[in-house]
Amino acid sequence: MELFIALLILFPFLAAVCQAVVKNNTVRKVSVYISSAVIIAATIVFVVLNFGKEQSFIPTDFKIGGFDVVGTVNYGMLAIEFILMGIITYLSFKYKKYYAALLSIVQTCFIAWLELSGNAHAVNDYLFCDNLTLILCLMIAVVGGLICVYAVGYLKDYHHHHGSEVKDRRSFFCAMLFVFLGAMFGIVFSANLIWMYFFWEITSVVSFLLIGYTKTKEAVDNSFRALWMNLLGGVGFAAAIGYAALKLHIFNLKDLVNAADPAIEIPLICLALAALTKSAQLPFSRWLMGAMVAPTPSSALLHSATMVKAGIYLLIRIAPAMTGNIVGLTVALIGGFTFFVASIRAITHTDGKKVLAYSTISNLGLIVACCGVGITETIWAAIFLMMFHCVSKSLLFQTVGSVEHATGSRNIEDMHGLIKRYPALAVAMTIGIAGMYLAPFGMLISKWSALQAFVDAGNIILVLLLAFGSATTLFYWTKWISKLLAYARPTIRRKDTTSLDQWISIAGHTVMMVALCLVFPFLSGSLVTPIVNSLYGIADFKPVLSDENLYILILMIIVLALVIVIGFIATRFMKTKQTTIYMSGIDTGDERHYVGAFDEERTMYHANWYLSDLIGTDRLMTVATWVAAAGFIIGAVLTIGGVL
Amino acid sequence: MILYRVISAVIYILVGGLIAGLLAGLDRKFSARMQGRRGPSVFQPFYDVAKLFSKETLSLNGGQFVIAFSFLLLMILTGALFFAGVDILLVFLALSTAAMFLVFAATSSNSAMSTMGAQREMMQMLAYEPMVLITAVGFYMATGIMNGGTGSFKIIDIATSDIPSIIYLPGIFLGFLFILTIKFRKSPFDISTSHHAHQELVKGVTTDLSGRNLGMIEVAHWYENTFLLGVVALFFLSNDWWSIPLAVVATLIVYFFETIIDNISARVKWELMVKLAWGVTIVCGGLNLLVLEYIF
Repeated sequence: MELFIALLILFPFLAAVCQAVVKNNTVRKVSVYISSAVIIAATIVFVVLNFGKEQSFIPTDFKIGGFDVVGTVNYGMLAIEFILMGIITYLSFKYKKYYAALLSIVQTCFIAWLELSGNAHAVNDYLFCDNLTLILCLMIAVVGGLICVYAVGYLKDYHHHHGSEVKDRRSFFCAMLFVFLGAMFGIVFSANLIWMYFFWEITSVVSFLLIGYTKTKEAVDNSFRALWMNLLGGVGFAAAIGYAALKLHIFNLKDLVNAADPAIEIPLICLALAALTKSAQLPFSRWLMGAMVAPTPSSALLHSATMVKAGIYLLIRIAPAMTGNIVGLTVALIGGFTFFVASIRAITHTDGKKVLAYSTISNLGLIVACCGVGITETIWAAIFLMMFHCVSKSLLFQTVGSVEHATGSRNIEDMHGLIKRYPALAVAMTIGIAGMYLAPFGMLISKWSALQAFVDAGNIILVLLLAFGSATTLFYWTKWISKLLAYARPTIRRKDTTSLDQWISIAGHTVMMVALCLVFPFLSGSLVTPIVNSLYGIADFKPVLSDENLYILILMIIVLALVIVIGFIATRFMKTKQTTIYMSGIDTGDERHYVGAFDEERTMYHANWYLSDLIGTDRLMTVATWVAAAGFIIGAVLTIGGVL
Repeated sequence: MILYRVISAVIYILVGGLIAGLLAGLDRKFSARMQGRRGPSVFQPFYDVAKLFSKETLSLNGGQFVIAFSFLLLMILTGALFFAGVDILLVFLALSTAAMFLVFAATSSNSAMSTMGAQREMMQMLAYEPMVLITAVGFYMATGIMNGGTGSFKIIDIATSDIPSIIYLPGIFLGFLFILTIKFRKSPFDISTSHHAHQELVKGVTTDLSGRNLGMIEVAHWYENTFLLGVVALFFLSNDWWSIPLAVVATLIVYFFETIIDNISARVKWELMVKLAWGVTIVCGGLNLLVLEYIF
């Protein structure tokens, strides 16, 4: 099984090299399809083989035929870390952003010293695998693999649209996507903190390179912002490793979580810092907003299967150790605060991708809050929120990307009447949005159990944040759907330019979205409940949702589907007179123009409300960032003060 | 017990709409008398809806029927689930999904009145949604205190508690009354559509609905009102027999209180509505929750 895991981690890197060297677009397309198919198939086989098992691999004395594999791998990793440091340093000096180089050099040298000085003698296994790992693997492989397929078709359009403005570096882009997948596999399989840190750093650097893809000034600035924030998180990670190794003699994530020593709160708050930066929580949210300048497939990947989920994954792993202490409280409050503030900010944007980005930050905030509370019920909710968010956010980014290419705009206002113009894309997008917030889809069910768990945990502040944040979430999604479903007669008909590559991925995601809702009870019983049991070392966890509720929800899905189908059939047989809109008698009859006060014909234009005069300034985010930063610093000081 | 719950849901489906229709008639009579008019018959709402169904339906598109029909069915489902005594959070979530369809019904038309009404309808949802969730949490915590352990979101448990929940939830009750005005579409918060077609948006969200489609929306509103009054009654129910007449009387008082508010206040702007609703939610709802958590 060690070899299988090694294959899962290494194959994407191998595939990346393939994409990087192939310059012919057709050949690369074939190679992306094959690589993605292999990754998806291998992961599914791996999951079937290891389902429900909890196992550790590669103990410290692991040798193959007397050859010290682990030692060699460790040196290899160190060498790669220095190469990454070199790349960062070179680019920071090239673009005069010296602080990034400083952060990178500090942590890399510290980790190198730790390893070379002999202070990092691991005392436990290097790799492990349980159901949580398997869920993450499925997310990375299936969602990530499909995004790579989507990217093939998307980039072709992208460079067609942008012509000579952006240098065609498609092979580099595809390679980076696969590196990302490999690094994510590495993170979820690593038990050893230093190994995990290694892959963690790779995701930071790769996301930096992806964001800077177009090399415009905006892209470069945003990529460096993403870099320094994530490197700061990396410094936190390195500090956690250093403290755990030197003071506590712990080298393994599981040992850290299970240690009875209250001093583990110091490495925990450092790891929390790393996770908060990666998951773009306040005060580190701005890098994810900046990340949108990159081509859409990379946004889809960053927001769904990789990057931000790495932070969540780490938090879920350390959640049992955060229950009821200051670290947990800090993380929970920052998460709840982020959920609320980001959902308010999402209201003010007309740009589809910006709304999606704020919604990601907001939803991750909820998951982070669940992890911070750290009781079994919230972890159950966190895992489900993570899964549903992954699929529906990936679907949404891809549909927005395809709509942008088809209509030339990703502005939500321009999606007015999309259901008439591009029915298939509009339906996929509607399902994606419904998946984010409507009953009976999973995201809402999970949110609901999170609410219940927050009450049980006695955290009223979180209850209030969730109640208000839900209302604002409802607002920005509803107005988006209502734009899509508006029955405007199209003025111009354009061809749907979405390529087959994109459709394979979008259709795949749509099917997954609906399927996830239908198999919800099964997933809960056989996959997620065992995870909660094993994380907390108990055997009798029961989700807060009773069976009765689940049956009612399934009933609701059926009723809703039946009503809509029957309704559409019935309208075919009903006697209805077609009419035009009511406009107090001033419309000109084509639903697009009206007669103005000076008797001239004017064009009608309906816009959604964005409340920009009320909450439209960036001041809200600036204030929130400082509040969150202050909150985190207070939490950290209290934690460290409490231990020392 | 299960039989009782099913019967209660079936009764709601059969007469839930009629009760609110009758109350709407009484409401009009009551308002008229306050204004020194005779007012229409108490059965007038039924005559109105019957007429809507008998008229020719003018429609902009096929989607309008589907949306109005979904709105009606989901609203009945919401209320039926409530009277069957299931999880109150589930009921409230179903309610917001149903409410969404009214917005879609409005935006499926390109009329300026309709579209603007839809935006205001969403604003109303933004205003009342936090209080709705907090109400559910309040019931949960109150049952927890009464059981001396974990609470219950199940309506059947809340309705058969030892003492009426309102004893523990006075603040939340006030907050709920406040948003009830928004949900009943009563002045000062009838900003998305009103009972009278003389506001600046004509009929707001329902401007472009007519005949059968509009009739379905009207009936759905009746079901919604009965359900909302059911939530009011829930504050007063306990396992004593006298709680039932108490709840009925309290519900009627609340309903006519809303009528009085409707008659004595002028429509406000949406900004003020959101600020007031959120303010009341934080002060009444939030404080009530904090008291329940830290004092009891």
